[in-house]
Amino acid sequence: MRRALWVLAVLLSHWRRHRMQFATLLIGLIAATALWSGVQAINQQARSAYDRAAATFGGVRTATLVAPNAATFPQDLFIKLRRTGWPVSPVLEGRVQINGRSMRLLGIEPVTLPADVGNAPRLGAADLSSFVTAPGETLVARETLSDLHEPEGATPSISSGAKLPPLRVQPQLVADVLVVDIGVAQRLLNKPDQLSRLLIGKAKGKPAQLASVVGDQLQRIEPSAETELERLTDSFHLNLTAFGLLSFFVGLFIVNSAVGLAFEQRLPMLRTLRACGASARLVNSVLVVELVALALVAGLIGLVCGYVIAGALLPDVAASLRGLYGAQIPGQLTLRPEWWLAGIGISVTGAIVAAATSLIKAVRMPVLATAQPGAWQQRQRRWLILQSATACIVFAVALLLLQYGQSLIAGFGVLAALMLGAALILPAFLDILLLAGQRFARGPLALWFWADSRQQLSGLSLALMALLLALAVNVGVSTMVETFSSTFVGWLNGRLAADVYISASDNAEAIAIRNWLKDRSEVQAILSGGRAETQVQGQPVELLGLPDHALYRERWPLLETAPRAWTQLVPGNAAFISEQLSRRLNVGVGDVIEVPAPGGTWELDIVGIYADYGNPKGQLAVNVAALIRQFPQTPQTRIGLIVLRDKIPGLIAALQKQFALDDRAVADQATVRAESIRIFNRTFAVTSALNAFTLGVAGIALLTSLLTLANSRLPQLAPLWAIGIPRPRLAAIELTKTLAVALFTSLLAVPLGLLVAWCLIAIVNVKAFGWRLPFHVFPLQLVELVAVALIASLFAALLPVLRLARMQPASLVKVFANER
Amino acid sequence: MLRSIELIPSGALILLSIRNLSKTFSSAAEPVHVLRGVDLDLRAGERVALTGESGSGKSTLLHLIAGLDAADGGTIRLEDIEVTKLPDAGRAQLRRDRIGLVFQQFNLIPSLSVADNLAFQARIAGRHDAAWTRELVERLGLGTLLKRYPEQLSGGQQQRVAIGRALATKPSLLLADEPTGNLDEATADDVLALTRDLVARTGCGFLMVTHSLHLASTLDRHIILHAGRIA
Repeated sequence: MRRALWVLAVLLSHWRRHRMQFATLLIGLIAATALWSGVQAINQQARSAYDRAAATFGGVRTATLVAPNAATFPQDLFIKLRRTGWPVSPVLEGRVQINGRSMRLLGIEPVTLPADVGNAPRLGAADLSSFVTAPGETLVARETLSDLHEPEGATPSISSGAKLPPLRVQPQLVADVLVVDIGVAQRLLNKPDQLSRLLIGKAKGKPAQLASVVGDQLQRIEPSAETELERLTDSFHLNLTAFGLLSFFVGLFIVNSAVGLAFEQRLPMLRTLRACGASARLVNSVLVVELVALALVAGLIGLVCGYVIAGALLPDVAASLRGLYGAQIPGQLTLRPEWWLAGIGISVTGAIVAAATSLIKAVRMPVLATAQPGAWQQRQRRWLILQSATACIVFAVALLLLQYGQSLIAGFGVLAALMLGAALILPAFLDILLLAGQRFARGPLALWFWADSRQQLSGLSLALMALLLALAVNVGVSTMVETFSSTFVGWLNGRLAADVYISASDNAEAIAIRNWLKDRSEVQAILSGGRAETQVQGQPVELLGLPDHALYRERWPLLETAPRAWTQLVPGNAAFISEQLSRRLNVGVGDVIEVPAPGGTWELDIVGIYADYGNPKGQLAVNVAALIRQFPQTPQTRIGLIVLRDKIPGLIAALQKQFALDDRAVADQATVRAESIRIFNRTFAVTSALNAFTLGVAGIALLTSLLTLANSRLPQLAPLWAIGIPRPRLAAIELTKTLAVALFTSLLAVPLGLLVAWCLIAIVNVKAFGWRLPFHVFPLQLVELVAVALIASLFAALLPVLRLARMQPASLVKVFANER
Repeated sequence: MLRSIELIPSGALILLSIRNLSKTFSSAAEPVHVLRGVDLDLRAGERVALTGESGSGKSTLLHLIAGLDAADGGTIRLEDIEVTKLPDAGRAQLRRDRIGLVFQQFNLIPSLSVADNLAFQARIAGRHDAAWTRELVERLGLGTLLKRYPEQLSGGQQQRVAIGRALATKPSLLLADEPTGNLDEATADDVLALTRDLVARTGCGFLMVTHSLHLASTLDRHIILHAGRIA
């Protein structure tokens, strides 16, 4: 043991004398662990929130009984079922508005609530009595309390004027959910003796057949392993994971480069250790122990950094998930022990993988092998051919996946294979470019410039591969986001046809507002809309009622239409379908779709497909009058107005004064557009942040490679200095060389990045969200990215180059003095 | 051609016994037979110089004795241990406990100070003797250099540290592969004089590969290797 400790002390002494190399190794490991763990922390937080949401009072995780038309049903059915031994518990669900904020109200019956409905609030005997007896209680999550700006015990009013029972915090609940006793819910929602669903608990005996008790009034819905939210958000989390993985690999490139050079520099030390009597097994074991110890330290620091990164990104991620999918994620990070363990595990595994080639070399190293600093770089040339052949195979896999892959995973597979192949083939590609330069070079210095660049390539290739990947992802994602942005703004202009939008609290207020508006001369048109929800082929579908107005005909963003589509919409037997729903149901123009409605099945001819970016739900747009005929309970609280432009502020002020509407209830088109664009930008804030992180890590990879290479460059540079090339000129040549290979890499990253963008737009987006964007190229953005890459490379090259320019002649002379 | 010259009285115990030792390296063109049946005995306390032209197999012979490489045939016995039968771990233990090695390139550990380099082998052998190390430091004249690092020393100073490291474990056999090859003549004489004194002090055997006939003549016995055999 003492022997092993002495060997470890000797190995560690190397780092004391090469602090920059040590820092490089730690930075690589910390960056890799931090970015991976940060992303995993965010994913874990979101998934645990989905679980909480799914399990709240028997979401999809509990078997339920519901009415076939998704409407409410009489409470008598519950009583009948209980009497015949069905272990059911009633739930009434609806939405209420508090201070303009829409919340989900759940009415439950705690006595019959099955024990296995998930993380329902635990109501003890004392709690139970205060929950069910007047005035009762409203159970809320802590986040809801702070969103409402109310203290515990407060009794806020809903839009109808009725007061909620006193608020009480229940930690198991998700945000934006209010839980009350079922009687209270029936009163607040104005649905006396009505229920939304019945939760089914574990039956003690065999209950009577369902049909024999309730006929066809109720149907059984079996529990689902994956929630709708989980299915919808899978792509988002996969996207985050892909970014985390990319950053992780870029970090490992740094580790690989640092460990490779450290091993090369320690070769004589390893031989001396062996010559002094340390066995190969001992030396190799201690090398592994050293690496694992470093990985543990770096892993812990990386985890703390990952926690900070996740904490910083979480509000944006939560906003993205709320904006895109309506998912509620708490903004505060809570982590489980398995996250810490997984983080440490990934750090150690990553370090071992990154150092594997060096460790294998150490294990196989004959003790008498001649010391040849840099020989491993020379041998690496032999790998160029093998690497290029592997790249071709990987490209072939990408093509096969593109041709035959159907899933989102296959889409990401195409992307991954494309980038891996490009990274693998990069060194060979650069080698050919530099060889061409060498062939056309005139003058000895120029010839040396190209030849030496080629020789340097093997040492820099990993860092350049990292730079290529980071840049390609940046180009790809930026192009996708910019494409999305420009498409979204155009689409928003089409969708926001009205000048003023009003959201009344209920139908009565909406009628009052309409009547008041009829007398206003500045109002040119009152456009009523409405929304209802149903299920088509087991998928939740939103029905959007569109008014029949010329403005909609002009602007509504239709991607595909049948002849006279708008005219066909008016009678009520035709619909437009959103792009994502048409893909999901595989329905196109000319097809017929059956929609369950309270009055029976509603058959709709599909006469158009429209873009509906950002909406996780499938949507059908129908004539509003037809919608109200089919779904009489549709709230008619949404009103759009066409108003003379200069009269808009005055009208809004008058509306607010007359009906006590706040900014959320009435807004002009510009405000709605600005809010939508703000949400859009926030949605991509995470992507931009991860983009910047990845590029930053690639910059560090380049810097560390150049710094570590700088030491082994002296034997190449000293002869030039000796024959009369001054140090500043040598430094300038070194800088030019680095910038030249960085420029070549960046230029290669541009077409690769555009290919990545195409994959994201044409494959991943379509599979993940159901919509396809038109592909645009933004040249200025590409120029900017290449410039950023060159500036990053310039900074990375500057430190070693400055060192060279200022190097004392004595250091250069040493090269000859120590020549072996 | 010089012949082997006997300078040590016979009767001392045989420390190192080599019989019919052979070693062949494969190369792209044809196999190179470096050693072709070497026989050699070295007694305890004996100081032997090994010379020969380049490629005659001097360094290979030294490496095989130290267990740095494996022989193709023949036997090497150091005291009671048959080196040629030892596995890698056994050969490592042999080097640790019974052999001191000095190289032309010094092979000090650049990240350790002079003091740590000196004590290094003795420490991993678990035989660190502070009093003996102090004596070595004094005799080698390293007292003022203990906190320095190898790169801050001259060639002669580095070689003195390497000799100190090799002798810190009080080995049975000191093997030196052209220890003065990187030193000027005066420094080489000083270093070798020091080594002879310390070898005499420890009583270990000493086998030195050298190109210098002058240095070879200062040791007890001088043997010549020619075309893979003792001439």
